[in-house]
Amino acid sequence: MSETTALTPPSGGRQISKISEVVIRIAGNSQDGIQAIGGFLARLAGRSEQEVMTFMTIPSTIAGGPSIFQVRMSSGTVESPGDEADLLVAFYQHSYDEHMNSLKKGGIVLFDSDHVVPKPELEKDYHHVSVPISSLTIEAIGGAGREKGKNIFVLGLIAKIFDLNVEKLTGLIRQRFGGKDASVLETALTAFHSGHNFSIEKLIQTFEFFESQRKTGGQVVMNGNEAIAYGLVAAGVRFGSAYPITPWSEVMELLRHELPKYGGTFVQCEDEISAICMALGAGYAGRVAVTGSSGPGISLKMEALGWGVMAEVPLVVIDVQRGGPSTGLPTQVEQSDLNLAVYGSHGDAPRIVLAPTDVEDAFYTAAEAVELARKYNVPVFVLSDQAIGTRIEAFPTPDFEKVCKDISPDLTPVPTHKPYDLSAPDGISCHKAPGTRIMDGRYPVVGGLEHDEYGHPSSSAKLHTSMSAKRRRKIQAFAHSLPKPKIHGPTEGNILLVGWGSTKGPIQEAVDMARAAGEAISSLHMRYLFPQPEGLEEIFAGFKHIFVLELNDEGLNGYGQLAGLLRARYCDSRIVGINKTEGLTFKVKEILNRVHAKAGELSAK
Amino acid sequence: MSSPAIDNIQVKAPDDDLRAPLTKKELAADHPTWCPGCGDFSVLALYYKLIEKQKLAHENFVSISGIGCSSRFPYFVQAHGVHFIHGRSLPLATGISLSRPDLHVFVFGGDGDIFSIGGNHITHAARKNIRMTLVVMDNNVYGLTKKQTSPTSPLGFKSKTDNWGSVDRPINPVKQVLAAGATFIARTTSTNPMHLLQVMEAAMQHDGFSIIECLSECVEFFPGAFDAANPRKGGAFQTVPADHDVTDEVAAYKLADAPFPGYFGIFYQVNRPTKNASEAKINANAREKFKGLKDWQILKKSFERLS
Repeated sequence: MSETTALTPPSGGRQISKISEVVIRIAGNSQDGIQAIGGFLARLAGRSEQEVMTFMTIPSTIAGGPSIFQVRMSSGTVESPGDEADLLVAFYQHSYDEHMNSLKKGGIVLFDSDHVVPKPELEKDYHHVSVPISSLTIEAIGGAGREKGKNIFVLGLIAKIFDLNVEKLTGLIRQRFGGKDASVLETALTAFHSGHNFSIEKLIQTFEFFESQRKTGGQVVMNGNEAIAYGLVAAGVRFGSAYPITPWSEVMELLRHELPKYGGTFVQCEDEISAICMALGAGYAGRVAVTGSSGPGISLKMEALGWGVMAEVPLVVIDVQRGGPSTGLPTQVEQSDLNLAVYGSHGDAPRIVLAPTDVEDAFYTAAEAVELARKYNVPVFVLSDQAIGTRIEAFPTPDFEKVCKDISPDLTPVPTHKPYDLSAPDGISCHKAPGTRIMDGRYPVVGGLEHDEYGHPSSSAKLHTSMSAKRRRKIQAFAHSLPKPKIHGPTEGNILLVGWGSTKGPIQEAVDMARAAGEAISSLHMRYLFPQPEGLEEIFAGFKHIFVLELNDEGLNGYGQLAGLLRARYCDSRIVGINKTEGLTFKVKEILNRVHAKAGELSAK
Repeated sequence: MSSPAIDNIQVKAPDDDLRAPLTKKELAADHPTWCPGCGDFSVLALYYKLIEKQKLAHENFVSISGIGCSSRFPYFVQAHGVHFIHGRSLPLATGISLSRPDLHVFVFGGDGDIFSIGGNHITHAARKNIRMTLVVMDNNVYGLTKKQTSPTSPLGFKSKTDNWGSVDRPINPVKQVLAAGATFIARTTSTNPMHLLQVMEAAMQHDGFSIIECLSECVEFFPGAFDAANPRKGGAFQTVPADHDVTDEVAAYKLADAPFPGYFGIFYQVNRPTKNASEAKINANAREKFKGLKDWQILKKSFERLS
C-alpha cells in the first residue's frame, strides 16, 4: 500500500488511511470461488476508473487443489500484479503456510480461524486478523451449501477494509447472479452484507483510496483470452475452428458463443490438425479465419501451417503458451513456443509472428493479425501466454466504429487472375476466393506443390527460386513498414533490457525503479517478433549490456529463444539471456536482482 | 440456405443468363499425369460431364483434394480448386462448405488419403453431415509412392511393405462410413461410366455428406484388382437389389458385407439435418436479439457487460 498518509501502529485502534494502491492475495482452493472475488474486485476497479491487474494460479487437476488469485488496484498506473501482497486472505492452513512469504513485512493476514492456526513466530512481523470465516458464512446463509458463499463473505470483508463502493459491488453481484434462481442472488447478497457488517474495524485500520488520476471515457475489464476473442471479432473474423486445450479453450468457448451473433461460426473439431485445416479452408473461401491452441496443439498444426505459407492463404493462429515441452505445465506460463512459431514446419516457410504485451494489447494485436494475414496472404501467429490469457486488466473502451472491420469476400468478376503473380510489387499477390468468375477462363489451383503463377505444379529450378523469394520478399516488405521500436527510458545507458510478450509490465516497472535509484537502464519491448523491425542495432549501440529477459530456458548456448533470433541477426555477443522456467512470470525485484547479478558477473570477467 | 456472414456477396457478370453450359473444352486444364489406362481418367471425364449436365458455372463449385495419385485431380479441372496436404482434404472442405453456402464442394481422394492418414476426418465429416460430395478413388494400393499396402489392400496382397502378402484386415469403406453416420453412401466403378455418372448426380443432389467409393484400377501396381467387377474382364457388375431399402442401415450393412466384388449402387441415403443447416439455425436465433444492429453495435453491447 503505497503513499499511506496516516501511519498507525497496529494497536492504534480505528484509523482510516488514504492509500493509492493495494495488492490483495487470496489463497484457498480452486473450488472456493476465489477467482470470483478477484473478478469482482477487478471489475469494480475498472468501473471506478482505477487501474487493475490480476494474477492467478490454477491447479491442473480437474477439480480442487490449492489456488491463488492476486489483484492489484491502483489510483495510479499498474504495470504488474505486484511482487508482494499488502493483504493476504488465507482460507486454509496450507494457504497460510505457503503464502505468508508473499506478504509484505507489516502487512495484514486475514485468516479463517476455523481452519488456520497462525504461527507465533510470524505474529510480530505481520498483522494477524482472525475471523471465523467458515462458521460466520454458515451462520449467515445456512449450512445447506456447506462452505459455499465464503468467497462472497470475504468480498464483503474486503469491501469494509478498503471502503469499497458497496453500491457498485452489489450491482456487480446482481449482474452476476441475477439471471439465476432468485434465492441464489439473495444468498449471495446476504453473504456479502454479513461480511461487510462484520465489525472488523475494531481489529485493524481501514483504508480509503485516493481518487483515481485517470479520467478516461470509460473502461472495460477482461482477461487476455477474452481480449483476443473480441479483437478477432472486431477485425471481422467470422469463422474459427479449434480443439479444446488449456489455457486456449476459453478463447474458443467465447468465440463459439459470440460468432453466431455476427453470422459467423466456430467449429469444435475432431483434432488439432482438422482445426487448422478447416480455418485454412474458410480463409481460402474468402475471409480470414482463426485457429488456436496451446503448445502441444500448435506442434500438431505445423504441416498445415506450411501449406498456408506455400499456398499463400491467410490465417490467424493464436498460441496461448504454457510450459513445455510435451504436456509440460498445462496451467502455467512459459514463453517457449517462439522458435516453434517462427520456424515450425518443414522447408523455408516465412510467416509473421506477433506477441501482445498486455490485455489491452491482446485485443489490438489479434485485430492487427487479421489485417496482416489479409494484406500479405500468409499465416500470422499471435503468441499470447497463460499469464496474459488469465489475468484481468482494465483498459479504455475501444472506439467500436473504428476498430470493427467488414472483411467480407469480394467476389466481383475479374478479367484475369494469377494467384502467384511474380510481378506483384514486393511479391504481394492477391487471393481470389472460389466463386469469383475469371473472365479469361483460367482458374487458379491453390496448392502445396511448388507452382507456376497460376498455381499449377512445376519443379523448375528457376520457379522454385523465384517463388521462394516471393514468399520471403513480402515478409521483408512488412518488416520495412514497421516503425522503429520505442525505448522505455533514455536511448543510451549501461543496460538495455529486451523483453517480449506478457513480461512488459514487470520489466518496465523494474526499469522505473532502478532509474529512480540512479541506474542507467532502459528497456525495449518487442511486439513484432518475426519479422523484426529494423534499426535494432542502432538501439543496441547505445548500451553497454543487452539483456534479453524471457520465460524460457537458457538453452545449450546460454540464451533464450528471442536472444537466439537477435544473435543470429546481429552477431552481437553482448546479447545475453536472463531466463526463468518456474512456470511463473517475472517479479519486479527478481528482475533487478538478476540484472544486477548478471551485470556484476560480466564486469568481473 | 443463407448465412448472414456472406449476405453481402454479390456476383455480377454481364452475361449470366446467356452462358452456355461448360463443356470439356472449357473444363480441361493440365493434361493428367496418371499412367495410361488408369481408372481415374474415367472419373475425371465424368466429372466434366456432371458439371456440364448440371449446368454448373465456374463460380458455383470448387474441387478439393489431398495427396495421392487421384488427388492430382484439381489440377486437371479448369476451375477454382485446392490441392491440399495428405489426408486433410475433408476438414479443409468443411471450412469452405460451412462458410460458403453458395458453393458446391467436391472432394476427391484415394483410399490411403481418406481411410488411412485422413481416417479421423472421414468419421467426423460424416457424423456432422457437412454438405459436400466425396469421391474416393479406391485402387487398393499406394500408387504415388509406388506400391505399398493401403488400408483397403486385400489380405495377401504382395506390396513393397508386405513382400509376403498383406496380413492386416482391410477396411470396408461402406461399413466404415455407415457407422460414422454418412447420409449418402454409394459404390461404383470407373469401368462403368454410365453408373458412375448416375451415382455422382445423385450424390451431388443429396443435401448432406455424400460419399462414393469408386473402384479405380491402378494398372501399374495392382493390375486386374477389380476384374471381378468388370463384365468385359469376365467379372460381374452386380447392382444393389431393387428391393433394397436405402434408409435401412442394417440392410445396408449386410449388403456391404457381401464378398468381393460386392454390390454397386446406392447403399444408404437418409435426410438428417446438415451441420450447415444447424449452424444457420443457431445463427438465426442468435441474431434475432440483435436485429438491425451493425456489427460494431453488437460488440459495444458485449463490452457494456464488461465495464
